[in-house]
This record gives sequence, structure tokens and C-alpha cells, in this order.
Amino acid sequence: MQEAEPDGEITATRAELKPAIEALLFVAEEPLPVKQFCKVLGGVDEGEVTAALAELQNEYEERGGGLDIREIAGGWRFSTRAQFHEFVRKYLKTRPSARLSLPALETLAVIAYKQPITIPEILEIRGVTSSSAIKTLLERRLIVTKGRKETVGRPMLYGTSKEFLIHFGLRDLSDLPSMEDFADLAQG
Amino acid sequence: MRQHQKKNPTDSGSALADHFEPNEEARRDDYQVRLDIFEGPLDLLLYLIKKEEIDIYDIPIARITEQYLDHLRLMEELDIAVAGDFLVVAATLIYIKSKMLLPPDPTLTGEMDLTEDPRAELVERLLEYQKFKSAANMLYSRGEIEAACYTRGALETDTNNPEVAATVFDLLRVFREILERQQSAAEMEIERDEMTIGEKLAQIRALIAQGGEIIVREVFELAGSKRDLILTFLAFLELVKEGEILLIQQRLFGEIVARKRIAPAEAPVLGS
Repeated sequence: MQEAEPDGEITATRAELKPAIEALLFVAEEPLPVKQFCKVLGGVDEGEVTAALAELQNEYEERGGGLDIREIAGGWRFSTRAQFHEFVRKYLKTRPSARLSLPALETLAVIAYKQPITIPEILEIRGVTSSSAIKTLLERRLIVTKGRKETVGRPMLYGTSKEFLIHFGLRDLSDLPSMEDFADLAQG
Repeated sequence: MRQHQKKNPTDSGSALADHFEPNEEARRDDYQVRLDIFEGPLDLLLYLIKKEEIDIYDIPIARITEQYLDHLRLMEELDIAVAGDFLVVAATLIYIKSKMLLPPDPTLTGEMDLTEDPRAELVERLLEYQKFKSAANMLYSRGEIEAACYTRGALETDTNNPEVAATVFDLLRVFREILERQQSAAEMEIERDEMTIGEKLAQIRALIAQGGEIIVREVFELAGSKRDLILTFLAFLELVKEGEILLIQQRLFGEIVARKRIAPAEAPVLGS
């Protein structure tokens, strides 16, 4: 597929809008932001694209097929439905990727909710050193450095990455359940 | 850090309570498990509070401290490094215990100081920590579900792959092919233009900037001399090293394409 990129002069007609979006979703290798749809479709209104995406999403939902359209990490993408993972896995001959250890998950949770955060601040919350968990999370690109904190020693600040959103199927950070939702659980 | 993974920390926690035997050997085995289970001192404290069915807002500090220290003693025998973080909380517990035994400092005048529960800060930390534990569980289940949803594989090229898809050997192969061709053809060449590596880099950058990507072989073919060829080769290596371009191959021994690397804005190169 090395053909010339579609140039901006092509504009999708109203009738083409939804099917064209579907086609783009099909070829996109990563979540496609609404803005990019607009650009490729020749300056279509963002609202129209969003509406068409929502419609498509509904259609896929109602059809109850093997695919669905979801909004993830600031973009939209196709994915297979979780319930068919065994067949897909069998076909692709893949094994599920290594799970994160519990310390890593806990550290990641702290970073996700408290970002940007330094290592000493994470230690304060978890009561335990997190350096190896941090290393794992950096290697797996789930967290990134976010500059330095202007305090003594200028410690490095950490935050979550786009990869984090993709890995956990989140639209954006506000898609995380509120910390207050865990309050009830904490009483139990 | 051990990678032993368990699905439900609370389940394993309670199951573990039954493991406690006075038998020394059983105890030792136990600890292998324990270190995996308690993520830290706060986790251990929470476990003790749950096990004893204690109201977290009214912790019998003396009892909990004693139990905590019992666990610590055993852990210390086996893994001092882990106990390090645990000692900090042990010190806090002992401090709170002593503070509760002593009458309030009469020299302190503020009313707040007289009424404040010395346990309050610890309780707050425990509650906060517990929320993060729940958050970690939430991430775990989300990750599991997400891992079961597959997205379509990449097309012929994979821009998401941070690694160089074509190896230096592939580049070398192209280089040699061109060099061989050049040797048979360029006999009446007068070496005049002495291009520098800097100019070559600029030339390649410009070529890539024009079309977004370029076929490596074509760049080599532009070279007029062997020196130029070598410069081109070095320039490609440099650009890859600096992370400016990606070399991508659509299939084994296929055409190598050089493409401008779009650095993910949110993911700076580690260690930089």
C-alpha cells in the first residue's frame, strides 16, 4: 500500500461520510483522533464526524458481531470482542503478554491517580520502595518522565503514557473511575 | 522482586492465615509465600487488621504492634532487604503506642493537640493505601479484558514499532550490491566533488522530507563515487542512530524504505 497519500482536496460527501470513516477505521493501525478523520475527509466538521462515529459504534453494537468500535486514548479504533479472544489467540498463535506484577500494578495505580509524582512521593503512599516497579513500567512504556520537580534534589516526575490508556482501554485519564469510588471498598 | 503473580490478594491473604504453624520448617516455607503476598508494611498492617476483624478507626495499637513485630522478626531472618521498609512502619507503630501510653503533654496549649488521636495519621495512610490497592485491582481486571480485545495487525509497514525493522545487515547488503555494480561501471570517474558527511546527511534529510519516505536503494544509486556510497551508508547509520529515521522492510530481503520517525510526543526515549 504505497500509493500516494490522499490529498486534502478530496472531500467526502455527506453520504460517504460514515462508510468512509468505517474504511479509515479498518486500516488505521492506532486509535484515530477525530481531528484526523476531519483532515483526511477534507475538512468535515468535527461534530459530524463524532456523530457518524457514534452511529457506527451503535450499529456494531446492535449487530452483535465479532467487532466493536471504541474510543480509546483520544482516538477511535476497531477491536475484536473480548469474548472471542480464545479463537483469535489460537489463530494468531500468541500467548497473552506477561502480566504486570502486583507491585507494578500498585505503583501504576498511584502514578495514574497522583501524576505527576516523584519516587519519594510514591514511597510515601505505598510504604515500600518502588524502583524496580518503576523500571518495569518505564520499559513497558506505561509511564513516562514528566520533567523534574522543583524541590530539593529536583526529583524526576512520572506520569502515565498514551500506551497506558491503550493498555487499559481508557478514553483519557478522566475515564479512570474516581478515587472516591474506591472509598466504599476500603471500608469492607 | 519476585514475579509470582496471584489473582486475588485478599483470598491468598486469608488462606495464608491458616498456614501459621509453630513448626519451624513450615514457618520458613511460609515466608517464601509471605514476601510475595505483602506488597509492603501497609499491606501487612491491613492484613492484620482484617484478620483480627478490627475497626480501622479504633486500632488496638499495642496488640497490632506486637503482631506486626512478630511478623517482622520472622521476615528479618529471611530477607533483611524487604524488612527495611517494614521497619519504618514498625517505628511509627511503636511511636504511636508510646504516645498513647503517655498522658498528653501539659505544656502544649492548643486544644487540637489534646484531642487528636495519635493514630489518625496512620489510619489515614492505611485508608488511602487501601484505595490504591483497589485501584490496582481495577487496573488488573481492565488490563485482562483489554488484552482479550485484539486490534487489526499492521499493514505492510509498522510505524508503531519503535525498533528498526531492517537491520544493519540488510543495509549492508544493499550497500554491497550497489558497490559491486559501481565497480564494474565506474572506471572513468574523476573524483571532484568532495561531499562531507554533513552535506550527505542534509541531502538525505531533504530527500525524505520531500516524500515522507524514500527507498534506500535509490539513494545509493544517486551516489557518483565509491566515496559517495560510503558516505551515504554512514549517513544512514547516523540517522538511524539518532532516531531521525526508521528503516523498514516490507518483507525479508525486500526493498528497504527509510521513513522519518515520528517521535511519540508522550514517550521520550528512556534515559535521555
